[in-house]
Amino acid sequence: MVDHSHNGHQDSGAHGDGGHGHGHPDSFEVRVLRQAAPGQPSEWTRFRVKYESDMNVISVLQRIAAHPVTVEGKHVTPVAWDCNCLEEVCGACTMVINGRVRQSCSALVDKLLAENSEIELQPMTKFPVVRDLMVDRGRLFRALQKVEAWVPVDGYFDMGAGPKLSQSEQEQTYPLSECMSCGCCLEACPQYTKVELTQYEGESDADFAKRKQEEYDRQFIGAHAISQAMLFNMHPTGKMQAAKRLDALMEEGGLAVCGNAQNCVAVCPKHIPLTTSIGRAGRATTVRMIQKWFGK
Amino acid sequence: MAKQRVMIVGGGLAGLAAAMKLAEFGIDVDLMSLTPVKRSHSVCAQGGINSCNDLTRQQGDSEWKHFDDTVYGGDFLQHQPPVKEMAYWGPKIIDLMDRLGVTFNRTPEGFLDRRRFGGTLYKRTAFAGATTGQQLLYALDEQVRRWETSGNIKKYEFWDFLGPIVDDNGVCRGCVGQDLVTMEIRSFPADAVIVASGGAGLIYGRSTMSMACTGGAASRCYQAGVKLGNPEFVQVHPTAIPGADKLRLMSESARGEGGRVWVPTKPQDPRDPKSIPENERYYFLEARYPKYGNLVPRDIATREIFDICVNEGLSVEKDRPCVYLDLTHIPRAELNRKLGGILEIYEKFQGVDPRETPMKIFPAVHYFMGGLWVDYQKSADGGLVVGSPKNQVTNIPNLYAMGECDYQYHGANRLGANSLLSCIFSGLITAPGIQTLLQSSKGAAAELPTSFFDQAKKKHQEKHNALLKRTGGGENPYLIHQELGDVMTKAATVVRRNAQLSEAYDKVCELETKAAKAAVSDTGTWTNQNVVFTKAVIDMFPIAKAILKGALLRDESRGAHFKPDHTFASLKATEPTAKRAEAEKWCDDFEANTKQYLKSTIATYSADHPQITYEDVDTSLIPPRPRLYGLVGAETIEQVWKERSAAKVAANGNGASVPGGAKVAVGAH
Repeated sequence: MVDHSHNGHQDSGAHGDGGHGHGHPDSFEVRVLRQAAPGQPSEWTRFRVKYESDMNVISVLQRIAAHPVTVEGKHVTPVAWDCNCLEEVCGACTMVINGRVRQSCSALVDKLLAENSEIELQPMTKFPVVRDLMVDRGRLFRALQKVEAWVPVDGYFDMGAGPKLSQSEQEQTYPLSECMSCGCCLEACPQYTKVELTQYEGESDADFAKRKQEEYDRQFIGAHAISQAMLFNMHPTGKMQAAKRLDALMEEGGLAVCGNAQNCVAVCPKHIPLTTSIGRAGRATTVRMIQKWFGK
Repeated sequence: MAKQRVMIVGGGLAGLAAAMKLAEFGIDVDLMSLTPVKRSHSVCAQGGINSCNDLTRQQGDSEWKHFDDTVYGGDFLQHQPPVKEMAYWGPKIIDLMDRLGVTFNRTPEGFLDRRRFGGTLYKRTAFAGATTGQQLLYALDEQVRRWETSGNIKKYEFWDFLGPIVDDNGVCRGCVGQDLVTMEIRSFPADAVIVASGGAGLIYGRSTMSMACTGGAASRCYQAGVKLGNPEFVQVHPTAIPGADKLRLMSESARGEGGRVWVPTKPQDPRDPKSIPENERYYFLEARYPKYGNLVPRDIATREIFDICVNEGLSVEKDRPCVYLDLTHIPRAELNRKLGGILEIYEKFQGVDPRETPMKIFPAVHYFMGGLWVDYQKSADGGLVVGSPKNQVTNIPNLYAMGECDYQYHGANRLGANSLLSCIFSGLITAPGIQTLLQSSKGAAAELPTSFFDQAKKKHQEKHNALLKRTGGGENPYLIHQELGDVMTKAATVVRRNAQLSEAYDKVCELETKAAKAAVSDTGTWTNQNVVFTKAVIDMFPIAKAILKGALLRDESRGAHFKPDHTFASLKATEPTAKRAEAEKWCDDFEANTKQYLKSTIATYSADHPQITYEDVDTSLIPPRPRLYGLVGAETIEQVWKERSAAKVAANGNGASVPGGAKVAVGAH
C-alpha cells in the first residue's frame, strides 16, 4: 500500500525508496522480525509507512499499530513492542535497528534512511522473545539483586543528612548511576548468551520462577551489574557491604566470564564507562581473594 | 490465618516511597505496574527537588516560606494543611534521599548544591545533573528491590489495574489486575489499595508524559465512585519540542540565555528560516511585551505562542503548530558553555543542530494538578496528623491515592521542582496511616469468601472477552485517540473559551460513543497491546469530560486555567483619585471572585455526564491574596489590598501573627 499523497514538504526530489540527499521519500519500507509467542517461529513482515517529518522508530511503530497492513495488503495484528518515556531515560524501548542495538526513541527516521533505504527492526537476541519486538529482561534485574545494588541503610526514619561527598566523587558516581537497565551492553556482549527456559507441565509458577533465577545466577551477570556493584562499593555507606558484592562477582557467572571484548562500552547509550568499572572490579576482587586466603 | 497485604498500583516515586516505608513497618506489599517500576515516568523529571535548607534558612528562608510560595504559586486552590506538612518534611526528605545514595550535585566543600527555580527567591532546589527524577527514582527502586529480594514486596510488573473491588458496604477489599503478557485476569485481595498511577497526559494525545500515563487506573477508580478534585487544572509548559510521537521539554534557560521567539510574517513560509530577512520575521513576544521580551512569565509565553499559531494561523508548519526559538545569533562556544546539555537533547531527537538552525517549539501539556480526591487529618498546628488513616484516603474507605494522580498539593498551578517532593512526601505520609488502618482492622481481606473475589474477576473477564469479539468494521481506537487528543488540546489547554469548551464537550461525547464501538485489530490472548490500548482509550473519556465540564463551569482565570473572557483587567485611569477608585473596585471584584470561585471542583462519575459540585478550600493558614504580575496599576492595587488586610487584622485580631501572611507579592513569578 504505497501512499503517494504529498506531505507538505516542498522539496521531495527523491521519491519512492530513496531517502538520500535533501529529499524525502513519500513513504518507506520497514521490515519487522515478528514472533507470535515464545517457542513460535519468527518471520519477517514488511510494512510501508508514510513519511512525516521528525519521525523516530516509535512513531513508525505507532503508525503501523494504527494501520497494521503489510506491503502485500494483508491485515495483520499490530506489532508488539516495549516503550515508555520516549526520551532515552527509561530504558524500555531497546531493539536491534538496522543491525545495531539501541533505543528506538532516539533512532530518527531521517538518519536511518540516510544510511539505508529501508528500516529493519528485530528484537534483542540475548533475551527470550515475549512477542515481536518485546523481550523478557527479567534476568537483567535479577543480576541487580545478586550484587545487592542498593545502599543498605538502617531504615527510612529521619536520621539527618547522608555522608558528605566531594565533587570529584559525585562526578565519578553520577555517570554510573545513569544506567537505565536497557540491556544494550548485554546484547553486544559475546559472553552473554541467551537463557530461555520453559515451564514444565505441572510446574508451579513459584517453582518455575525459582528455577529461572537459579539458571540466571549461573550465567554471566553482565557489564551493567558489575558497574552497579562498583557504584555501590564507592558509596560511603554502600561500601560497608563491599565484600558481599565482590563475593557475588566472584561466583559462577561472575566477573571471570568477561572476555574483555569491550563491546559493552561501545554500545552504551549513556556512555557509561563500563570497562572502567570492570577493571576496577577486577582489581577489587583480586584483593578480596587474597583477603579470603588469609581468612578475613 | 491469612496475613494482611497492601496493593500499590504504580511504581513511580510515590508508589515506591510508600512501598519501602510499608515494608519497613513489616507490612507485606504487592506492587503492580504497567512497566518495570524502574522505567516509570518519574525518570523524566530533570530540574530538581525543592526544600528549605541550611543555607537558605540563613538568608531568611523557612519551611513556612516554601509553604507560602507553593500556595501562592497554586493560586490558593489547595487545602493548606497537607501543603504545610509537605514543606516541613522537605529538608528531611532530601536528607533521606541523600542517605539512599542519590548522586546529588555537590559544592566544593561536599554539601548538596542547590539551584534557583521559578516562584521563589531562594536556592532551594537540590539536583542531580539533568536527571534528578531518574536519580531519585533509582534510589527508591533500589530499596524496593532490596525488600523484593527479602520477600516483603512482590512485584507485578507488566500488569494493568482494571479496577478496585468494593464490597456491599462501599469498602475497598482489593483490586482486579491483568497480566499484559499472558492476559490473565486476577483478583488481588488487599487490606488497602493505593493508586499512584501518575498523570493522564495521553488524554491530550501527545504531551511531555510517558506512554504509561494513560490515566486508566485513575479513571477506573473514578468510574467506581472515587471523586475527582479540580480536574480542569492541567499545567502546560511553554516550550517543548514537537515530535511525531511525543513532546519533549525544552528548558526555559534557552530563552534565559538570549533565545528569541519568532514566526515568519508570511504564514508557513517554506524558506529556510535563516534566509528569511529580519523584516519578514515577527518577534511577537518582543513586540507585545517590550519590557520583558522573550522572558515573559511562563503562563504568558505559553498563551502567546498558542495564540499566534492557533488563532492567528502563523504557525511555522501547517499541520503541526510551532514557532521558532532562535539561538543562532549567539556564538557557538557560548551556547556550548551555557546550554550544552539541553541543546544535545534537541539535537538527539530532532537530528538538527540548534546552534545552526532555529529550534521549532510549542507548548505542551505537562502536569495534572487535579486528580483523585483525597482526604487528610488536620493537626492542631495546621499540618497533618502523622499516622492518621485519613491522610490520602479517597472517598472509598481503604482506597488511597497519591502522587500526580491525586489533587492535593499544587492547587491551580504547580511550581517547578515541587512535584518530586509531593510524590515522595505523599508516599511517605500514606504509609504510617495505612499501618494504623491495618492495626485497627480485624482479620485480612484474603479471608473473605473466594466467591466475592471471583465475582469481581468475572465481571472484568466478561468485559475483556466482549471487547475481543469486536472485530472488523468498527472504529479504529488509534484514530479515536488522535482525535480526542486534538479536541482536548484545542479547547482545554492554554486559552479556554466557553463556546469552544461546549463544542469540545459535545465532540468528546460523540467520540466516546464511537470508542464504545471501537474494533480491535488483534483478538489474540497473548501480549495483546491492542486490546489494552483500546481499554485505556475508552477510559480516557470520563476524565476528559470532567476536565471540560470543570473548565466550562469555572468562569474565572486561576493558575493554569485561563479564560480571556473572565480575567482581571489592568487599571486604566492615570489620575490618582480615579486610579485609587478603580483599584478599590478591582479589590472588590477580586474579593467577590474569591468568594465565588475559590473552591475545589468536585466531579462525581455518572454514566452520561459528570456531576459537578464544589468544596471549600482550607485557607486557614495563609489568607488568599491577588497575583498581580504584569498588570498595569499593580502598585495601587497592592496598596489598597494591604490596607484592607491590615483593617481585617485589626478587626478580628488574627492573621497578622501568621508569618508572611497577608502580604501581597508582586512579580514573584
